[in-house]
Amino acid sequence: MSLTDTGTPHRRTGNPPTGAGRHRRGLTERLLAVRELSLLLALGALILVTTLRNDRFLSGQSVKDLLLGCAILVILAVGQTLVIVTRNVDLSVGSILGLVAFATGSLFLAAPGTPWPVAVLLGVALGAGCGAVNGGLIAVAKVPALVITLGTLYAFRGIDYYWASGRQINAADMPRSFLRLGNQTVLGVPLLFLAAVVVVAVVGYYLRSYRSGRELYAIGSEPAAARLSGIPVGRRVFAVFVANGALAGLAGVLYAARFGTLDAAAGTGLELQVVAAAVVGGVAIFGGSGSAYGAALGAVLLTTIGSSLAVLRIDPFWQQAVVGALILAAIGLDRLLALRMAARLRGRSAHGA
Amino acid sequence: MAHDSLYAAPSSSSAETERRTGRLTGLRGVLGSWDVAVVVALVVAALLAGVSVESFATGRNVQFLLLDLVPLAMLALPMTLIVITGEIDLSVASTVGLCSTVMGQLWLSSGLSLELICVLVVLLGAVLGAVNGVFVTGFGLPSLAVTIGTLALYRGLSFVVLGDQAVADFPASWTAAAVRDIPGTSIPVAVLPVLLLALVFGVVLHATAAGRALYAMGNNDQAATFAGVSVARTKFWLFVASGAVCGLVGIFWTLRYASARGDNATGLELTVVTAVLLGGVSIFGGRGGLLGVVAGVLLLGVLRNALQLADVDANALTIVTGALLVASVVLPNAVADVRARLHRRRQRANPVAP
Repeated sequence: MSLTDTGTPHRRTGNPPTGAGRHRRGLTERLLAVRELSLLLALGALILVTTLRNDRFLSGQSVKDLLLGCAILVILAVGQTLVIVTRNVDLSVGSILGLVAFATGSLFLAAPGTPWPVAVLLGVALGAGCGAVNGGLIAVAKVPALVITLGTLYAFRGIDYYWASGRQINAADMPRSFLRLGNQTVLGVPLLFLAAVVVVAVVGYYLRSYRSGRELYAIGSEPAAARLSGIPVGRRVFAVFVANGALAGLAGVLYAARFGTLDAAAGTGLELQVVAAAVVGGVAIFGGSGSAYGAALGAVLLTTIGSSLAVLRIDPFWQQAVVGALILAAIGLDRLLALRMAARLRGRSAHGA
Repeated sequence: MAHDSLYAAPSSSSAETERRTGRLTGLRGVLGSWDVAVVVALVVAALLAGVSVESFATGRNVQFLLLDLVPLAMLALPMTLIVITGEIDLSVASTVGLCSTVMGQLWLSSGLSLELICVLVVLLGAVLGAVNGVFVTGFGLPSLAVTIGTLALYRGLSFVVLGDQAVADFPASWTAAAVRDIPGTSIPVAVLPVLLLALVFGVVLHATAAGRALYAMGNNDQAATFAGVSVARTKFWLFVASGAVCGLVGIFWTLRYASARGDNATGLELTVVTAVLLGGVSIFGGRGGLLGVVAGVLLLGVLRNALQLADVDANALTIVTGALLVASVVLPNAVADVRARLHRRRQRANPVAP
């Protein structure tokens, strides 16, 4: 054991496993390490158990509700992935969503004839503006994003309340073409969910295959090293916050289209669910690893748990507790796998020496 | 200024490290006076509010103001110590909620005396804190992720315990005691235990070796370990202390509003963190003091109370909370930057003779 190992007392390693056992464990570990796969397994098991209990769980309407329910959380979780991968976090997404949703409603109140694509673009732009405020403040203050976005969580929500001053916007105030966005289906799949799928695909592909996308992982793994290797860390982090704000804005517009009834409290407390979805989806909270696909699956899993608890006739009050337990299990599993992997690598290098 | 010139001595270091030490001393100077700045801001805010808002300086308002601040102030004490070690506990409000509902359920169905229930609730809080501690120190997981998990878990359990019901039939003698004043004044009795706790935490943090060790941990975990500090054990007990204080706050909250509900204290964790950061504690750990935090809590309370009296919508007040928090982190860095720049310019103007 080297000196650096004793520095972290809890990182105790067992004896390296022997021959065949090591081989077999390596395989299951590698399967588990592909988080998307284990998430899909968990999701499949959950759906299977629920359907065995009540076969209407997989009926068309129920599936449609499920897909509708998770679309907004998926979009937010994917945006959050961009941020968390760079070793930051954005707690203000719930407030941005609320602000943009209310702004969209107000837009239709003021100008009833606005075509819906304009509303979507304006909403995304407002969200991006909020994200730019976050990114700009972080760049100026040089403090962790946690602090700044905690502040803007309050500030954006306060602006929302100040603006709304107790008013509520109803579905009747919005054009039907816009509201149709929220519940229309294409070949049985809700439009909202398709939008989420497009977002996941674009962000997932970007993170995986683009140079600047890979640089985000480098920044999250070790900001100082990233800077030394010539990555424009400040600019990338700023862009990530703008992108996340834009996605939160998109989610806000879709929220308005889906629910129709808007007050200043829309999306309150959503930020923790979003972070939870990303963490369950295998996005390491301290940056440098995770994928948009995983985060999206995490969001789907959390939403499915909610509806299957109802079907399984488990007290709905258990839902939040289950989500909490799941987060703890997910990060615990990650840690365990990382420790095993480190131990095995050490064992291998010791053999080789 | 002595340490300034010490750092300014241009040994062989490159321009980069020179710039960084310059910023560091500037930062240290600002943070050292941050306590004072918050206290001054508090006094100014209180004076302004007293002069311009009609009913602010009345005994009744002071009583409400202080009662409202008791939970926040109590939770901010252990949070300060935790943040100084470089960790965070986001589960405090959920722990308060769970302690409150368990207290209600025990009172409803167990037939135990309220004294015994209170002891059990504080113990429960300590156990919930210990769970956080085990995950963070035993398994080596990041406290941010762990306590987001237990935030959801404990809040969920508190709904499991009582559902959407409320327990409200606590004996009137107890609920009245929670809001009673110190005889002859308009200061609530509940302020006394807060002061006592603040004193204990203050002495531990600022006057004992254990307190210095907390700063050492916050600055560098490994260095602290090599210096003989048992990092894991200390952090574990901090989380336990935080949980126990949450138990106390749960009891106070339940009695003050004479109601044990699943959603008690929802969202309070972010206000607590805001107060601690506003009080000048660095989120990186290793910096900050209890005086600043107490002043930060009071400043937050005075501003919100005065604006509420001035008829600003209570929900829109979150703008103030958010703006204060952002300003409290942006300003010191901006000032430090300016100072460092001035310092460099001064150095360039009169270079040190070889």
